[in-house]
Amino acid sequence: MANYYIPAKYLFSNILNVDIMIAPFITSKTIELGSKYSPDFVCTPFKYTLGSMIEALDNGANILLQFGGGCRYGYYSELQEKILKDLGYKFELYNLINAGKADVKRIYKTIKKIDKKFNVFKGLYYLFIAINMVKYMDKIDDYIRQNIGFEVKKGSFDKLLKEMLEKFETVKNPFSLYVLYKKYFKKFKQIKINKPNNYLKVGVIGELYTLMEPFSNYYLEKELASFNIEIKRFTNVDYLLFNNKKVHKKALKNSKKYMKYKMGADASSNVYWTKYLCEHKYDGIIHIKSSFCTPEIGVMPIIDKIASDYDIPIIYFSFDANTSEIGIKTRLEAFYDMIEMRKKR
Amino acid sequence: MNCYLGVDIGSMSTKGVIIDENNKIIALSYIWTEGNPVEAVKKLINILKNQLDKKYIVKGVGTTGSARKLIGLLLNANVVKNEIMAHAIGTLSIYPDAKTILEIGGQDSKIILLNNGIITDYAMNTLCAAGTGSFLSSQAKRLNINIEDFGPLALKSNNPVKIAARCTVFAESDLIHKAQVGYKKEDIVAGLCRSIVLNYLNNVGKGKKINSPIIFQGGVSKNIGVLKYFKEILGTDVIVDSNSHLMGALGIAILSKKNSSDKVYDLNIENIEFKTKAIECKGCSNNCEILRIYKDNRLIDNWGNRCDKYIKNC
Repeated sequence: MANYYIPAKYLFSNILNVDIMIAPFITSKTIELGSKYSPDFVCTPFKYTLGSMIEALDNGANILLQFGGGCRYGYYSELQEKILKDLGYKFELYNLINAGKADVKRIYKTIKKIDKKFNVFKGLYYLFIAINMVKYMDKIDDYIRQNIGFEVKKGSFDKLLKEMLEKFETVKNPFSLYVLYKKYFKKFKQIKINKPNNYLKVGVIGELYTLMEPFSNYYLEKELASFNIEIKRFTNVDYLLFNNKKVHKKALKNSKKYMKYKMGADASSNVYWTKYLCEHKYDGIIHIKSSFCTPEIGVMPIIDKIASDYDIPIIYFSFDANTSEIGIKTRLEAFYDMIEMRKKR
Repeated sequence: MNCYLGVDIGSMSTKGVIIDENNKIIALSYIWTEGNPVEAVKKLINILKNQLDKKYIVKGVGTTGSARKLIGLLLNANVVKNEIMAHAIGTLSIYPDAKTILEIGGQDSKIILLNNGIITDYAMNTLCAAGTGSFLSSQAKRLNINIEDFGPLALKSNNPVKIAARCTVFAESDLIHKAQVGYKKEDIVAGLCRSIVLNYLNNVGKGKKINSPIIFQGGVSKNIGVLKYFKEILGTDVIVDSNSHLMGALGIAILSKKNSSDKVYDLNIENIEFKTKAIECKGCSNNCEILRIYKDNRLIDNWGNRCDKYIKNC
């Protein structure tokens, strides 16, 4: 998923005595393979991850890691294991988070199974570094999303990000990571941008995987940046791992008017974020999800109500393996024209 | 005198207008696209040219519709914009106080909400082409009715049949079933018109506040059967302009006027050789389908690449 393979690889290659392979980058072939062997009406992330697993197995992997929880995602690992075994692949699949719960004891036992020599202290040490890496990456990404639409020299943000991530892969301790992060944040701030006074701001919310894997949302954020728009996205791994519960709690308290009970997966968070975007006078909201994502379908009427109460335009996209790219572009372009027209009023 | 050309190249038909400085239409044409936008536009421009008085010079060209990008290159357009914007601008030039635009075209349908001359909300069909022009024309063919007679025939019916029109395929099988059990043709045709309206309001218009004045446009607005059921179901008047099918072209012509400079455009494009060549890039497993556009044997653009590989080559 996006660049998060870097901290994941960093963590596992440092604590486990096994060869870590990176699944090939997601391409059309990945989703083709995934769709071929998936149930037709399953959510799209299932197809992407299954496709990636097949590509990894074809490249010689024999241990796969999957997580699970929240929504239908909780069934991914068992179903994918069954499908892949039926296809004749020989491998072991470990689900580190079962039924949405991260049971420390079970995770320890699972890792011990993969590598008998696993050392807890070493594990915790590198886990600490990897967690910080994710946090720093998310902070940098946040800054990039705010400014990449206004860069003077095209591609300067992407280039620097690539350089930073390469450096991140080689850090030895938490301190050197921190120094690197500070150094690069400074460099990012030095990149020349040309931000006018009344620039457009758009919030992107919705289903987690589709938001975070650019290939699966047809590079939506890149497209938005090309219109010179500042982008706000709340969903990232930092949210997923550490702030999830906090946001849910806040959501129930803050959005009482619109929602009485907690909804599945990230639906409640999206209600909260919609309200946040409306209150902070964003020019538009884009809600994206994979087709058939039940929690997000459930939350759409609520979001609609909030957006109409605050009179903020909102647009919905559902992505699956057969989405027409031209159709998305036309709708996005029209959305941009509309919010620009409203802004000028 | 200055004039401005607007071309709307849709999936089914290609529309063109030329306007003067006061947004008055001085030349117009409407022809079938027939799957070949380049040829259709060449034909269209020829017709428009013959209608145009010699005293006019073209100072701006705008393109919209699904082939806007390709034709924009062919005509060197100064404005290339999506249909939603073009339709809104075109309609507002005639009905400045319009609040709702219902548009049903050949392959898509949309709703545009306006307030004080500003687009405040819009939606486009997402599911499939059920209830659009191409569906109507294919069903007319199946029932052996001229598409022009479709509306008048629907008006004859007092008892429209119910047709499940959520999806084209199901609508068609329901339609066949109704015909086989003996319903009258006019009742089926009327049912079809009614189901298109219901489908539109339940899909595209879902959750949207439809306020008057309501303007209905796009090719399907010419069908008086569909118009009748829009009025009946919305319970209010719905306006159809005599140029309702040309609103997109008119809007984009106005936008090109706003963006015009000193540049003069030549409408002699018959002899321009405009070719496209599709190749599959083998650079990675994305296998992008690259479309290379040649004008007079010179490569002018590449489309469809996900990376930068083909941008550098032209």
